[in-house]
Amino acid sequence: MTAVLSGQAVRPGDRVFSGLSLAAGVLVLVVMAAIAVFLVWKAIPSLTTDSANFFTEQQWLPDRDPPVFGIAVLAFGTVLTSLIAMGIAVPIGFGVALFIAFYGNRRVSTALGFTVDLLAAVPSIIFGLWGLYYFMPRIVPFAEWLSTYLGWIPLFRNDLEIYTKSILMAGVVLAIMILPTVSAISREVFLQVPRAQTEAALALGATRWEMIRMSVFPFSRPGMVSAAMLGLGRALGETIAVALLLSAIFEINWAITEPGGNTFAANIALKWGEAADNGRSALIAAGLVLFLITLAVNMIARWIIARHEEYT
Amino acid sequence: MTTVPILTGRRLPRWSTPVVAAAAILVGLVLQFGGISPLGLAPALFAAIGFIVARSTWSWILEGRRHATDRLMGSLVVGALLLALVPLVWILITVAIRGYSVMNTEFITGTMRNIGPRVEGGGIGHAFVGTLQQVGIAALISLPIGIMTAIQLVEYGRGKTLSRWISFFVDVMTGVPSIVAGLFIYTAVILTFGFSQSGFAAGLALTILMIPVVVRSTEEMLRIVPNSLREGALALGIPKWRVITFVVLPTAISGIITGAMLAIARVAGETAPLLLTTFLAQDVNFNAFDGSQTALPTFIWDQISRGTAPAIDRAWGGAYALILFVLVLYAAARVIAAVFAPARE
Amino acid sequence: MSKRIDLVDLDIFYGDFLAVEQVTLTVNPRSVTAFIGPSGCGKSSVLRSINRMHELVPGAYVTGEVLLDNEDVYGVDVDPVLVRRTIGMVFQRPNPFPTMSIYDNVVAGLRLSKRRRRSKDLDDVVERSLRSANLWAEVKDRVDRPGAGLSGGQQQRLCIARAIAIEPEVLLMDEPCSALDPISTLAIEDLIHELKDTYTIVIVTHNMQQAARVSSTTAFFNVNAVGEPGRLIEIGETSQIFSNPRVKQTEDYVSGRFG
Repeated sequence: MTAVLSGQAVRPGDRVFSGLSLAAGVLVLVVMAAIAVFLVWKAIPSLTTDSANFFTEQQWLPDRDPPVFGIAVLAFGTVLTSLIAMGIAVPIGFGVALFIAFYGNRRVSTALGFTVDLLAAVPSIIFGLWGLYYFMPRIVPFAEWLSTYLGWIPLFRNDLEIYTKSILMAGVVLAIMILPTVSAISREVFLQVPRAQTEAALALGATRWEMIRMSVFPFSRPGMVSAAMLGLGRALGETIAVALLLSAIFEINWAITEPGGNTFAANIALKWGEAADNGRSALIAAGLVLFLITLAVNMIARWIIARHEEYT
Repeated sequence: MTTVPILTGRRLPRWSTPVVAAAAILVGLVLQFGGISPLGLAPALFAAIGFIVARSTWSWILEGRRHATDRLMGSLVVGALLLALVPLVWILITVAIRGYSVMNTEFITGTMRNIGPRVEGGGIGHAFVGTLQQVGIAALISLPIGIMTAIQLVEYGRGKTLSRWISFFVDVMTGVPSIVAGLFIYTAVILTFGFSQSGFAAGLALTILMIPVVVRSTEEMLRIVPNSLREGALALGIPKWRVITFVVLPTAISGIITGAMLAIARVAGETAPLLLTTFLAQDVNFNAFDGSQTALPTFIWDQISRGTAPAIDRAWGGAYALILFVLVLYAAARVIAAVFAPARE
Repeated sequence: MSKRIDLVDLDIFYGDFLAVEQVTLTVNPRSVTAFIGPSGCGKSSVLRSINRMHELVPGAYVTGEVLLDNEDVYGVDVDPVLVRRTIGMVFQRPNPFPTMSIYDNVVAGLRLSKRRRRSKDLDDVVERSLRSANLWAEVKDRVDRPGAGLSGGQQQRLCIARAIAIEPEVLLMDEPCSALDPISTLAIEDLIHELKDTYTIVIVTHNMQQAARVSSTTAFFNVNAVGEPGRLIEIGETSQIFSNPRVKQTEDYVSGRFG
């Protein structure tokens, strides 16, 4: 009698195929680790030659002898532009998502969702080009208005009376660029709110807004935080549009309507061509800091979502 | 029998919204043509704010706080939506008008060889070759890796710790800034392994950006393949890898193609990583493995940085071509998704 | 409290689809009326049209009249928010707000109109409502704990407490026991018995024994085929519907020959 059920426990085809798919998955982890390793490795040469404090120095002269460079200005500009972008994009993005999830009828909402997503498809170089020649000139009056009426706040003071290429401008364009990220993710989160919850609120005699406050926001809060943070992650790393829209004056200037400011990403793009070996190594060091910041922001955002999913 | 009505509250009449809107527009027009800007606000903005304030106040007086809040928030939500659509429409129209005016055969097929910034003419032919080659390389590498990773996550590794880590880092990888991807390829491929700046290096940088997008979209498509299909095939005694390649993947293929095209559209517009990995050339370079190679985004960047009127015109032309390329991919992806979508509730 | 409901020539639509046709019936105050019938006969749609929850489905609308003590719920100046305050509802699955405590769940409806923090008045309302819902004894020591921590039957009684805390005239119940075990079901049925002295109650149920146990009036709905509108076949005293129905379809249904 021959055994009919025994053969190779795992077929060679299965072994090869599952091995390949596992290898592909592991490669993702390897690439993430490799990014960190290579950036650290190639940043070290410049960091050891830096005669200033890398975190607090406000100049960027890595190719001088002795090299003097630090990320204080970059950190300032990156954080400030991103905060302005968040301040504008987060409420508007939530508004768009609320409209699509609870206000519009289904056909209108689907079409609008697709249209807003289209904004994410516009390449950032085109945002830069449009921002430089069309948006910036049109928004100068807004910056003037801020400094005229709110100039008593140091943030909005403008002694130069030049209003272009400012941190504010870059922040506003960044806001437009991260808007689809914020609205797409929060839309998904809002659409997951169980109908039983929204109906419970309405059956108690809640208006639409009260329903949103009572049953949608408590349910969606973690997802909304993540949506905002993923938008922040995009804003922090955005390069080309910011490089075109900032004047790249290397100084910390709290007057956000005046020309000035620089960010990690824009600085790399702008200084790369003219940098010598140590200059490139210094830019890699700045890129490493940017990588670590966005990594932290994204990991926290994903972690919040993942923890929330386990709940529900 | 008559009863005191308890269900009717005082409501704003149906005509209240058009009337308040008309009044607001009228005020806006008066301000516009009178050249008055109260508080320095633009007439349109003033009219919009006026509309929201007036309608909410009226509602407060007539209907009370709760309905007034509801109407105020409703107006703000609609306002957010309109505000979000303004830049999109504005950009598309601007690119269409400015770009179309420089479009001609020479612009599409020509190159920038021997054409200075102050001279008109030249074209994007070389940049188009670069974009196709670089994006093609990125697609060739990232599609197999991305699809296999998704298969690992959905078909083999469900619930395993390693898969959870892979899944988490795929999400995190989505957030890697494009300039960092460029830096990584520069440090690893060019500095460490001694390759020259080339279209291939640019393609690798785009690969880093494309993989997580492909994984996520493929994963989603594989997850909606019904389990009964897999079980039915497995019950026939078909080995698992053949079930995946001959049953699961064909079922999900239209969704996977859609996702791939969206991923290509996304990376085709990237500029920053190309600046670090291949930089610019003014002529066609068909060899992606050696020497600089311009792509559409870097062409635009180059022309903007020259700053002369003919160069800026060329930048708009490049923007027109790039956005058309991206939108065609987008639209095609949507059409494929709509036409071949599996019947779903 | 408690009012009469009259449905007059009510047609219920989902977009172009006529789901329920020409329903005319009366629900008496301080009584329990049960809607029974096979799946898809539209009994839940009828229930949801009474407090205008039906129109929340995109494209859904009704024609005809729903009168609450002669006042048309669909009248021109009627505020749907006030309608839903006046006509409370309990759903098929218990749906307490998961992020709120038991206490906050009960007063959720009250907090909408009155901006008050926890006060003596609110404490009284919470106790009274939870007592009315036969839940007070079980939760009085943990009203600050999340409502989601309760058992299914307790959650459903919490939802009933939440509905009656705003003192509605009418209480609509959409298969309130279908997600519950037999013991919890019994507790809810006992509760319905007590509540009918105060409220007008309409209950939709799949379970004919339940209809027979809790209601004084029963309305039987039926649908001929999928795609056709549901109809009211017969309404009468519960004892009559179950023992001596006038229509053959009703007899077939209550005797278990279909459905």
